Order: sequence, then C-alpha cells, then structure tokens
Amino acid sequence: MRVLKLKKGDFVLFLKSLKRFGELWGPVKKGDSYVYARAEPENFDLKAIRTIIPAKKFFLPKKSTILKFKNNEWREHQEVVNRVIFGLHPCEIHALNIYYKFYSRLYPDTYYLKNREANLIIGLSCIPDDKCFCANTRTSVVDEGFDLFLTDLGDKFLVWIGSPKGEIAIRHVGHLFETVTAEDMEDYIKWRKERDESFQLKIPLEGMPEIVSFSYESSIWDVMGEACLSCGTCTMVCPTCTCFDIQDVYDIKAEEMNRERLWYSCVYREYSMVAGGHNFREARSERLKLWYTHKLVGFMSEYGSPACVGCGRCIVSCPVEINILTVVKALKKEKTGAFWERMEVKNA
Amino acid sequence: MLEAKKIYENPYMPEKARIVRKYDLTEDVRFFQIRVINPDLVLPLTSSYKPGQFMMLSIPNVGEAPFSITSTPSRPGLFEFCIRKVGKLTTKLFELKENSVVWLRGPFGNGFPVEQMVGKDLLFVAGGLGVAPLRSLLLYALDNRELFGKIFYLHGARTPKDMLFREEFFRLKERDDFECYLSVDSDPLGVWPFDIGVVTDLFKYVKVNATNTAAVVCGPPVMYKFVVNKFLELGVPDNQIFMTLERKMKCGMGKCGQCVVGHKYVCVDGPVFTLWDVKNIRGLI
Repeated sequence: MRVLKLKKGDFVLFLKSLKRFGELWGPVKKGDSYVYARAEPENFDLKAIRTIIPAKKFFLPKKSTILKFKNNEWREHQEVVNRVIFGLHPCEIHALNIYYKFYSRLYPDTYYLKNREANLIIGLSCIPDDKCFCANTRTSVVDEGFDLFLTDLGDKFLVWIGSPKGEIAIRHVGHLFETVTAEDMEDYIKWRKERDESFQLKIPLEGMPEIVSFSYESSIWDVMGEACLSCGTCTMVCPTCTCFDIQDVYDIKAEEMNRERLWYSCVYREYSMVAGGHNFREARSERLKLWYTHKLVGFMSEYGSPACVGCGRCIVSCPVEINILTVVKALKKEKTGAFWERMEVKNA
Repeated sequence: MLEAKKIYENPYMPEKARIVRKYDLTEDVRFFQIRVINPDLVLPLTSSYKPGQFMMLSIPNVGEAPFSITSTPSRPGLFEFCIRKVGKLTTKLFELKENSVVWLRGPFGNGFPVEQMVGKDLLFVAGGLGVAPLRSLLLYALDNRELFGKIFYLHGARTPKDMLFREEFFRLKERDDFECYLSVDSDPLGVWPFDIGVVTDLFKYVKVNATNTAAVVCGPPVMYKFVVNKFLELGVPDNQIFMTLERKMKCGMGKCGQCVVGHKYVCVDGPVFTLWDVKNIRGLI
C-alpha cells in the first residue's frame, strides 16, 4: 500500500477538491457529541471521537423506499447519492467491512452494494477516549475497506491509499502530496506507540464465545432483562447491527404504495412474533441474550470474528448501562460498574 | 439461467402471479393454486425448487409473509399453498377471488435434502397444518417412487373435520406402493373409518430399516418432542431426522435478521433442520 504525506495546511484544499466525487460529509460537533453531517471541510472536527449514529446510515438508511407500487406494477426505487465520507475511524471501517461481508453474501443486496460503490471513504486516525476498546477487539488498525486513510501527526497527515478510486482522488491534486521520508515514518511509529498506550478501558474479550455459550442458562440475563427498557438504542447505534423491517406504506399524495425498509431492533417485543400472536422470544431477557449471543458467538461461527468493533457506542448510549462492558464483566463473574451500582440502589 | 439472473438483479422485486384456483380445505385453511404470469418464468420457477422451500407471498399495502410450498417440482406449472387464516395478510388473501393478482418472491430456504434421501426408507409424520411442506416431499417421492425404499406416511388431525387434503389422502391410501395411515384425536360424529388417537399411536404400523431411514416431522410445536422420541426409539440416527420450522421473516434471504436463532438464519440455513442441529443450536425448538 502506498503512503504519501499531506501538509496540514493543504488539508482543506484537498478535501474541497474531492467535491467532484460527491457530497462532502464528515464529523461535526453537535452538543456534547458528534454527528456525520454535510459540511465544508473547515467545520470538520479532526479530534472527533465516536459519532452518535455510525456510518452505516449512509449505506443502509434509517428508512428508505426500496420498491414503489403504482398502476398494478412494482418499480425498483433507489436514491443513490454520491458522497465523500471523511473521518471514519478504524473501528467504523471494520464495521463497514463486516457490513460488506454480510450484505454481499448469498443474495447480494443491490441497494447496499450500489450505495457502497457510490461512496468515497476516507478514514481518519483517532486517539481513544475512556470508552474506546478497539485494542481488545483487534480493530484499532485497518488494512482494507477504505479509499484513503489519513493519520494525523500534528503538522502533517500520512495518507494511505487503499483503492484505485483513492489513487484517482489523489492524482487529481498530486502537487499537494509529498513522498514519505524515514523521519515521517519514525514520527508515525512514535504516534502509534502513544496511541496504543492511551487506551484506558480494557474489556477482556478472550474466550467470550465459549463463556457466552456456557452461560446460556445464567441468571445474569434475567437480571439484565429486568432492567432493560427494550428501547432499541443499543441496536440503532451499533455499527454492526444489520437487521431491518419491511413495511408497506401508502402515499396518499402520490397515489402510490411504498415498500419501505426501516432499521429494526431484536430487542423489540414484536421482533420474533409470528402471525397468530405466538412469540418465540417473549421475555426481554431472551431478546437481550439473542443480541449478545449473536454479536459474540453467532458472528464468530459465521465470519470468524465477533461483531463488536470496540467503538463504545452502547456504553455511551444505553440508559440503563446494559452494554458490552457490563455483559462481558458479568459473564466473567465480575459484578462491578455502573449497572450493578444502579441495581444495588434499586434493591436497597 | 433466467431465474438466477433475476435474483441477482434485485431479490426484493416480487413477481406478478395469479390465483388460478382456490378452495377451502377446512373452515380456516384454504388451498391456493398460483401461477406466475410471465410465461418465461413459469417453468424455470415451478420446476427448480426443492420440497420444503417457501415463497414470500405479498399483497401490496398489506404485507409480505413466507408460506411453505405444498406442491412438488415434479409437477411443474403451478405453485400450491395451503394457508390458514391467522393474521392481517392471510385475512386479506382469503378475501381475494380467483384470478386476482398476488405477488411472489422466491423460492427461498434450504428445502429437504432430497439427494441424501435417495435410496433410503422414508417416514413422514404430519400434524395439522404441518402437512403443507410434507405433502410436497411426499408427492415428490411418489412421483419418483423407484428412487426410494419403503415409504410410510402418518398423518394426525384433531377431528375428521380438521383433516387437510382429506379426499386426496383417502385416494392415496388406495395405492399399494406406500403405506399411508391417518388418524384423528377424536371423532365426535363417529364417521372416521381409520385410527382414532394421537399420531404417535400410528408408529405401531411402521416397519422400516431404521438406520437407513430419513424421518421427517412437521406439525404443531407440542408434537415434535413426542414424535422425535418415537423416531429415536425406532433407532433413526439424529442427522436423518428432519423437521421444518416456522419463524417471522421479512426478506427470506438472510438479511433482515428476524428469523435468526443462534448463528443460523432460519430463512437460508433452514427452514429444514436435522435433530442434530436442534440439539446443538439452542432455541430452535
């Protein structure tokens, strides 16, 4: 993989030159958090950590019309938007790779694939905060799945070229880029070392598939099921959650029917309910267990790696502190942390 | 192949079809014969599926749901379904007249491993609506009779009135190249000419070479445990015991996730599972 150097002063100029590939999207500060927003490169936050909603929203929109029905005929419907998405951290790109594997297997999902092709993905290095644990999920470094990857070394960026499309993007403004020197690489190695040492959160994921499998009957799930609100936030913010629902919605104005695909959550009560009212997973604990078994065991059997990339979004988002950290610790019989403090207060 | 190309283009796109014929099997179960309208697709679609597969049937503005195909690919031309009126979509479907348009997607699912069953004795146990996927496999086996060993078909219904495909099975019972036993749990009117009792009582008639038998069961969830125990008593190995399962599905292609059990998507890894799968994947039954 080729590496080039970009001066920080040329960064805005470079991103502006990419507008010919499509709309420019990147992380922008919103309140205390970050979101991917369409903005000018000056407004992008280079120090951004996880966004509220992951980049999956670009490829599997929260809600999208997949088919339209009018005059007794179905029509394919897809809005493909060409975008340049800047600021994806390694965990996000790993999640997109999982998404790609998932959506291109068996029956390739045309909607997903066309969207994926239409986007230019530019990764950005990051410094972990107290909720990041990608070192434990082995997703702190990324080798594939991006067009360009920028590592921020203070006064300069090192730019990895990950695809022919990325190469084209650079060639167009080739004069902004310089060859990397041995000194630059030393700076990079120093940066890597600092970054790797700055992880504050360590989630012991070793042996999780086995532990989850043997904990199938564990009472831990009932305790968590009791606290779970079934709000679905964990699944919405999870960058590897792929489930969706399909609904037919009538559009009165256009006098046509839309078949819509919407994000859906396995923690909702209706998730496993079939016609006639039988529910295969009536208890909240059952549904919660499904989520964690699918992430930590199911995906392992199918793709060889767990479907957790260590982004920490569930840790930030769950209103009752049921998250990967609580679950992993509880299954390893460590009852410490915010969730158990809450339970103590509740039970006192 | 035309069909494969179509699937790659957009697997969410339904194919226009027409209800050719329909009639009631019982009070709330209706039999539908449905034909795909595109003449180029009729034969490829209706001759290439496997018994045990399902189709996604939809009515615009109402919804889409999976239904077992109850016809056999050895008699191509039409898709047949045996549908109970139980939810929103099926209620609407029951209102449709013959010649109405419905939309089909599929076929989906793994189906029964027919190739593995060749040369083996077959033992079917159907209960209630479970006859739908089993009828497909039974007719397939009868149409290719010389490929299989002995065939035993056991069918249980609650009352004579509830028995699906009554006349068809009465006629099939006349055939001497396979054994067909029908029973009802109770016979309030005293009209049932055959066995009365639970379906597992019919196992007394079964004489198969157990280690070389493919045993298939489909029926209401309560039935599985008892029937599977009978299979095991006979000595059928657990990887030769097949069952087909029901789950909520929205896509049929292993994407929407609503049928997931452990790491299996019932729509692509199933709906046919062996007893071995069921023992090793928690939550299947």
